[in-house]
Amino acid sequence: MSTANPVAQADAPPMLEMRGITKRFPGVIANENVTFDVHPGEVHTLLGENGAGKSTLMKILYGLYQPDEGEVFLNGEQVKLQSPSDAIEHRIGMIHQHFMLVPTLTVAENVALGLSSTRGPITDLKHVSQKIKSLSDRYGLQVDPDSYIWQLAVGERQRVEIIKALYRDVQLLVLDEPTAVLTPQEVDDFFVILREMTSDGRGLIFISHKMNEVMELSDRISVLRLGKLVGTTTPQQTTRQDLAQMMVGREVQSIRAERPASSDQIALNIQGLRVGGDRGVDALVDFNLDVRQGEILGVAGVSGNGQRELAEAITGLRPVKNGSIDLAGKAIAGLNPKQVRDAGISFVPEERMRDGAIGEFSVADNIVLHNHSSEQFSRAGFLNFGAIRAHCAKLVEDFKVKTPTIDTPAKNLSGGNIQKFIIARELDSDPDVLIAAQPTRGVDIGAAEYIHSRLLSARNAGTAIMVISEDLDEVMLLADRIAVVCQGRMMGVVDRADASREKLGLMMAGVESTD
Amino acid sequence: MSDILTTTVIVATIASGIRLATPFLLASLGEAIGQRSGVLNLGVDGVMLLGAFCSYYVVLETENIWLGVLTGIATGLIMGLFYAIITVPLRAEQGVSGIGIYLFGLGMSDLLFQKLVGTPLPIDQFEEWPVPVLSEIPIVGEMLFQHTPMVYIAFLLVPVVAFIINRTTFGLSVRAVGESPESADSLGVSVGKVRFATIMAGNSLAGLAGAALAIELGIFQQNLTNAMGFIAIALVYFGAWRAPGVMAGSLLFGMIGAIVLQAKTLGLIPRAWSDIAAMAPAIITILALIIVANRFRQPAALTKPYVRGD
Repeated sequence: MSTANPVAQADAPPMLEMRGITKRFPGVIANENVTFDVHPGEVHTLLGENGAGKSTLMKILYGLYQPDEGEVFLNGEQVKLQSPSDAIEHRIGMIHQHFMLVPTLTVAENVALGLSSTRGPITDLKHVSQKIKSLSDRYGLQVDPDSYIWQLAVGERQRVEIIKALYRDVQLLVLDEPTAVLTPQEVDDFFVILREMTSDGRGLIFISHKMNEVMELSDRISVLRLGKLVGTTTPQQTTRQDLAQMMVGREVQSIRAERPASSDQIALNIQGLRVGGDRGVDALVDFNLDVRQGEILGVAGVSGNGQRELAEAITGLRPVKNGSIDLAGKAIAGLNPKQVRDAGISFVPEERMRDGAIGEFSVADNIVLHNHSSEQFSRAGFLNFGAIRAHCAKLVEDFKVKTPTIDTPAKNLSGGNIQKFIIARELDSDPDVLIAAQPTRGVDIGAAEYIHSRLLSARNAGTAIMVISEDLDEVMLLADRIAVVCQGRMMGVVDRADASREKLGLMMAGVESTD
Repeated sequence: MSDILTTTVIVATIASGIRLATPFLLASLGEAIGQRSGVLNLGVDGVMLLGAFCSYYVVLETENIWLGVLTGIATGLIMGLFYAIITVPLRAEQGVSGIGIYLFGLGMSDLLFQKLVGTPLPIDQFEEWPVPVLSEIPIVGEMLFQHTPMVYIAFLLVPVVAFIINRTTFGLSVRAVGESPESADSLGVSVGKVRFATIMAGNSLAGLAGAALAIELGIFQQNLTNAMGFIAIALVYFGAWRAPGVMAGSLLFGMIGAIVLQAKTLGLIPRAWSDIAAMAPAIITILALIIVANRFRQPAALTKPYVRGD
């Protein structure tokens, strides 16, 4: 059925069939009458926006949730998967978006976890290590069985996850957004490994929202929207635009519009910055960067290469060991977060529910989180609720935040709407510089489009914006100039016009820009 | 001064330090097992008290020391069962639940003591079991190999616990569950069962520690432990959640206690100062904790109840 993979055969019975799966949560139908199957040797992609029901369907397959209706068949036999151990027993594996690895254990210990040992109650790590080595030779997965997980780079950790699955001789493997943490070149290598696995007759379920990867890897593609199966197609029968439309349910427009040239005035200037990391190793070393008025500077890089620490150092959340950060000529390194804000820097943090909003607080309280004690909203220490409510109602309307009332707890809103009110709050003070970390991660396409358009209009109004993102498409869409970080070092800055995925990918992997 | 610090005095002080370290060691080994799986048990002292009373009472009635020891363990298991049910399937907040267990043990041991015994009567104590051959080595023999059986049991448990944690599949599961329960769960390791097992093991050791204390002293009284269980918790942090470290902490604590005791006996500490001197072990432990605490990381999932599915 697919020219990409001769092993996948339509006439072979499916190894997995999920029939009429329905799963309800209070107030939401996560899956409604979803039917999904996988044949041996095939890559079947699940495509859909956040909240479309992909994860729920896979959690049902892995025994983490029980479906309210519907049946699961493996090789023609109906099964009940009550827990992950049931799934493991049926040779189903899952590589979660957030790796399921114990950082304080070695690779071999992580692989051996939960398995019985050849030596009874005593672990047999030597035997495990040998088997890991033979698997890594066979599939080209280089990893040292005796390394601790915390010592490994993200790409290596992913290889450990695959080894875990191969070690358990998984026949059906679910991959939940596995490429999010890889450079474009690493993705190519990764796909080779996946192809090796399907040629053994294993079935893969690939979850992703990156269209080019989906088109490249899949044998079949099923699209979910709002819990329902929209349709199943193949890369030959569809286009990226069609898929996007199936996902969103309407036409998706590109926001890349005409924009005025940015000024030459440097708004934020970082020189020789050195910042400590969480593990004792410096997260940023000799780091130089500037952001100009009225431009969007994109900071690209693979997750965990110092981006978070960069944002935290600028905003005063992390001590600066060395170097300077100047805001329009005024030194701000070493100031506390409040002083940095007062100086004119706003911040959209990457962990929006940890650093950006308080889930239990109402939308209104969250909107004045940073300035409730200002004269605008309080008098002699007493909150002026009238002023707060009026202000919040205006912002909620202005930024199209979908919330029942402004008194609704923030945690009841969707990720996209939480992010919208955070952006509203941060842009409201008319900052000189906005640091936006992963501004649209986990946000639905509609909200992402809106957030992008607001960032662009702030840019056009003269704000200097730094967008830190692991999503290369987002950086290439928004940025005027793109800076690439790798292992805490600045690999170079390229103009959007000169940037290609290949070039940026090499820089993300640590190859310095030649120009 | 020189005639005070004779070999005899030094040997006796060290031997007494080892003896004093024993209940701390038993209790803190138990607490360490629980904490490695992510469960903090602040109720150790209460479990020790109830274990101490129950074993004291059984020895008083039956004159059988070993039956008393088993009673201490059984008391710990029963208390552990409660604590495990409260904190694992019911996912209660561990800090407050542990304080509840402590207060229950404190009150219940005193109530039972008042009702069943009233005036403190002495019971049989452990007899020393000199280890054949080894105990005849000069100096070392007297320091290390002329102790009661509880001392040997406690110190032999150190390598046993280290082996179980580091070398067995169960120990691997314990470490994984304490660091990243969701990873363990995703590989089919039952987080609940592992934590249940470590809580039962830890509490039985706390009960045993109580029995060791009561039978060592040959007496019971209200609040016999005098917060030893809380020190044992501190020693787990001091020992960086590892059995040898916990042993080092217990020994340090026991030794300082023995030195202060010896100094008092020899009249080296003026009477007025003796109360302050009694605080020395606690102060030194706090100082040691400050030095050690920042070097090691506690199990990442410590005190966090596990709920499956994000």
